[in-house]
Amino acid sequence: MRDAFARTLYQIAKTKPNVFIVVADISPAGSMAPFRKEFPDRFINVGVAEQSMIGICAGLAMRGCTTFAYTIATFAIYRPFEQIRDDLCYQNLPVTIVGIGGGVSYSTLGGTHHAQEDIAVMAALPNMAILAPCDPLETEQAAWACAAREGPTYLRLGKAGEPTLTAYAQDSFVFGKMRSLKKGKDICLIAYGPIMKMVFQLADKMETNHTLSVAIVSAHTLKPLDIDGIAALLHQFPTVVVIEEHSQHGGLGAQIKQVAWDTKATCRLYTYGLQDRFIHKYGSQSDLWSAHGLIPEEIYHQIIGR
Amino acid sequence: MATINNFQQSFDAVAAQKRCLKYRRRILDLSQKVPALHIAPAFSCLEIVDCIYYGMIRRKEDGLCWDTFILSKGHGALAQYAVLEELGIISHEEMDLADQPGGHLGGHPDYGLPGIEASTGSLGHGLPMAAGMALADKTLGIDRKVFVVMSDGELQEGSVWETILLSPTLGLSSLTVFVDLNDFQSLGRIREIHPNYYPIVPKVQTFGWEVIEVDGHDPSALFLAVASRKSRSPLMVFGRTIKGKGVSYMENVPIWHYRSPSPEEYQIALRELSGEHR
Repeated sequence: MRDAFARTLYQIAKTKPNVFIVVADISPAGSMAPFRKEFPDRFINVGVAEQSMIGICAGLAMRGCTTFAYTIATFAIYRPFEQIRDDLCYQNLPVTIVGIGGGVSYSTLGGTHHAQEDIAVMAALPNMAILAPCDPLETEQAAWACAAREGPTYLRLGKAGEPTLTAYAQDSFVFGKMRSLKKGKDICLIAYGPIMKMVFQLADKMETNHTLSVAIVSAHTLKPLDIDGIAALLHQFPTVVVIEEHSQHGGLGAQIKQVAWDTKATCRLYTYGLQDRFIHKYGSQSDLWSAHGLIPEEIYHQIIGR
Repeated sequence: MATINNFQQSFDAVAAQKRCLKYRRRILDLSQKVPALHIAPAFSCLEIVDCIYYGMIRRKEDGLCWDTFILSKGHGALAQYAVLEELGIISHEEMDLADQPGGHLGGHPDYGLPGIEASTGSLGHGLPMAAGMALADKTLGIDRKVFVVMSDGELQEGSVWETILLSPTLGLSSLTVFVDLNDFQSLGRIREIHPNYYPIVPKVQTFGWEVIEVDGHDPSALFLAVASRKSRSPLMVFGRTIKGKGVSYMENVPIWHYRSPSPEEYQIALRELSGEHR
């Protein structure tokens, strides 16, 4: 996903004037090379200094520049939180904060690198929009959407090596809209971000073993949330399942439950997310999902029965 | 690009002192309409703010500022409002309603209001934003200066030192920072809270800045500090000031950081400013 972002940033800079990227000593090496080569004075490394990264982005945006801040997600939003709130959100400036390693992507690096409550924190900020694409293709489209925004955006990415999942999506990508990736009629699985890979495997198992028809929806825009689109899904499907690589406090699942209550939905509704604790385990990203209780077999049995 | 007036070659210090007396009276008048206001922090930086606007900032044909002013010590907002009112950028009617219902001018500058180019109020935000503006201007080849006024307590913020380290590296020669060096922060004297704060000038010099220390209530000295800048490095001017300058019972008395004078105190202050009791 980070390479897709870097490639797209280069394309954006080719079509829009005055595109800057400000990094805090973290950057994709190879894929950023074309941008750095063609726009050497618009790639700014502030060093290990996330607060000035955000403040400088604000100043660039106040001069009319299209500006991206970029580093590891936890560093990008937690250290300079007040700069994001006051400089970007209070002043409503078009700056995109690109957070690499959303969720537990950095699965061997420990809790300092796990962005497991980032969406809840960013969603609480007025004017902030949040995008969390699920694969490299969706990352490209999300990056374009960020460049078109007139206010601040948090772009939550995984890291590298995510499979392409949206090449045959039912819907095209539209900022602020739920996106059908796969048709179905019995069960609707809603997710965002790299955990979509597990969701596709889950759907495949359900359809193979039970001749069920399973739909998959990408909730790539977490804020503003597509309330009408969610309500339509809750009333269209007998079973709706939300799976997210994020705390259930302030995550998508809680918001979908609220929509279900507000619209008197009668479907069965399951929500799964990361646990409300720091885990001290290491391994693959799937290993970390399992450690948090996001185990495909268990989700499968809870929904389908044993 | 709009037509811009040239830099001034000289600065009328007597006229500046008259304006600053007028600002202090204006702020004292406002103090009688509100329960409390940041009066001493405004009195501390009035000469600095006036000198930047009248001696350094170039204005466009429409009267608005071409160069940028950011009051990073946002609690000094009344000083900025008073100068902007004198310049005709803020209306008298708006100024009369400062900090009151129906008005738009609050206790801290709010981005988007006439003459206000950044929202501040939390310390340590103005310098990084100013650096971003200066970086944009430099990269896009625009001749525009960026002036920042910070408090001395504000230099304790980590974000300030991140940007002090970075600005010379980015070659931000259009950046000028004034520090309102009144040696006070909320809970007391800086030299007591942070004995190792001083000497402050060489600390910033070591990070690659041109630095000068002058009397922050002397308009001529402030003007010359910038007019005689020697290098292409970003410039930091430490202006030695007195918190609450001009009213004896406010000077260096921490309670006046945020307080309105009583009617009796108000009268005493007016008399002192007129030179009757000093």
